[in-house]
Amino acid sequence: MNSELRNHIIRLLESGTRLDGRKLTDYRQPIKIEYGVSNTAEGSAKVQIGDTEVIAGVKVEISTPFPDTPEEGGLMVNTELLPLSSPDFESGPPGIEAIELARVVDRAIRESKAVDFKGLCIEKGEKAWFIMIDVISLNSSGNLLDAASLAAIAAVKDMRFPALNDEGKIEYKEKTDKKLGMKAWPLSVTVSKIGSSFIVDPDLDEEKVIDARLTVGSLDDGTLCSMQKGGNSPLAEQDILQMIDIAVEKAKELRKML
Amino acid sequence: MSYKERKNKRGFDETRPMEAKVGVIKRADGSAYFKIGNTWAYAAVYGPRNLHPKFLQDPSTGILRCHYNMMPFSGSGERVRPGGSRRSKEISMVTEKALLPVLSLEEFPNTVVDVFIEFPQTEAGSRCAGITAAAMALADAGLAMKDMIAAVSVGRVDDKLVVDLDYSEEAYEGGPVADIPVAVMPSSGKITLLQMDGLVKKEMLKDLLAKAKAACAKIYEVQKRALKEKYTRVDEE
Repeated sequence: MNSELRNHIIRLLESGTRLDGRKLTDYRQPIKIEYGVSNTAEGSAKVQIGDTEVIAGVKVEISTPFPDTPEEGGLMVNTELLPLSSPDFESGPPGIEAIELARVVDRAIRESKAVDFKGLCIEKGEKAWFIMIDVISLNSSGNLLDAASLAAIAAVKDMRFPALNDEGKIEYKEKTDKKLGMKAWPLSVTVSKIGSSFIVDPDLDEEKVIDARLTVGSLDDGTLCSMQKGGNSPLAEQDILQMIDIAVEKAKELRKML
Repeated sequence: MSYKERKNKRGFDETRPMEAKVGVIKRADGSAYFKIGNTWAYAAVYGPRNLHPKFLQDPSTGILRCHYNMMPFSGSGERVRPGGSRRSKEISMVTEKALLPVLSLEEFPNTVVDVFIEFPQTEAGSRCAGITAAAMALADAGLAMKDMIAAVSVGRVDDKLVVDLDYSEEAYEGGPVADIPVAVMPSSGKITLLQMDGLVKKEMLKDLLAKAKAACAKIYEVQKRALKEKYTRVDEE
């Protein structure tokens, strides 16, 4: 069944269009970012790309720094592919899809060096801020990777540190106006290869038939900060360079919406 | 000492502001969200669908499975670790029992109807908000229902009987408190969820159940309006 679908999609791509009439490097519309959707989170954002919807929330904790980095705080990204968001997802511990998603989003933020980890330290070797970003799927209709990356960054942008009481414990109900100072806004864009064509923002049908994908994290100035190849087919060097160009260009467009 | 005034000048019989919408998760067979104050519940229904492993199947009826879960950032304090807790398992179970009486799943032997309930933010009353959202999602899924289900918590805060306790009332320290989540079949008036934490007299409980029914009648109106709106809404292009 997929081979029929695949042949049809490839024929369309070769004539420069797609199942829903989009151009190859167009995102679905609307792309919406809604900030501050959860008032229990220290920062949150709901992102919609076409029918795909995710919500990201940031919680902070104070904990002991890791022994190898006594002067640094930490950051963690977790994703939950809720069975609420798709008939294909099941309850239970995160599967490999959710783990890869979390790690790819995490890597783009961490390796961009946009977060000042030393600035998160409160007391060397004793106390530091830890930033936990949870990205949750609400409706899974394709391209969760880019939606998750955008939501995580938007939630970080929305985040304000909570106040500390006299004993140095967090008063979660009291927010300060202190932000997580970001030196750059790393965003990931996934470019998929089907046949000999490159597309962004695949829908569910397109995702079923991709040969390979490359997720590229990039910064405001076009510097690359993370990459992840996926899919079963190999990529030629020329493919990779072309996919990077598309990803960096698209990341610039998405960044304007933040 | 007595409990004099609620936050935001809310009346003692008044719920927090409510908002409901149906059809909010496209991939689900039925879905809804329900907000009451700062508590926000999403519900999605999948099914009736095949049930695996096979030994769980019941040849005399379809079964209902409910899953209550808080998003990790939805608690007022520290991050809630993902994965089920004793609390979420128990709430899932009582949610199932609260919804089952209005369904006729014997028409769908060997199948399952899965109801997933998730919270982006919570501030008291989450199991009732979840049940209210789930009932709308079941209706949106087109399942035959004998009645609706609406749920609210009632209780006492010191000398006052109150509807829809908020967090400050659950944690009130100036006198005795009781928190009683109730789910009601609005047409028949029958009760499908009843739990209680705290201290009350039997006479007080009688009054509180009457208040719960009255509040659920209002919630039922919100549910009906949301369900009708889905079919009158013109999607803006």
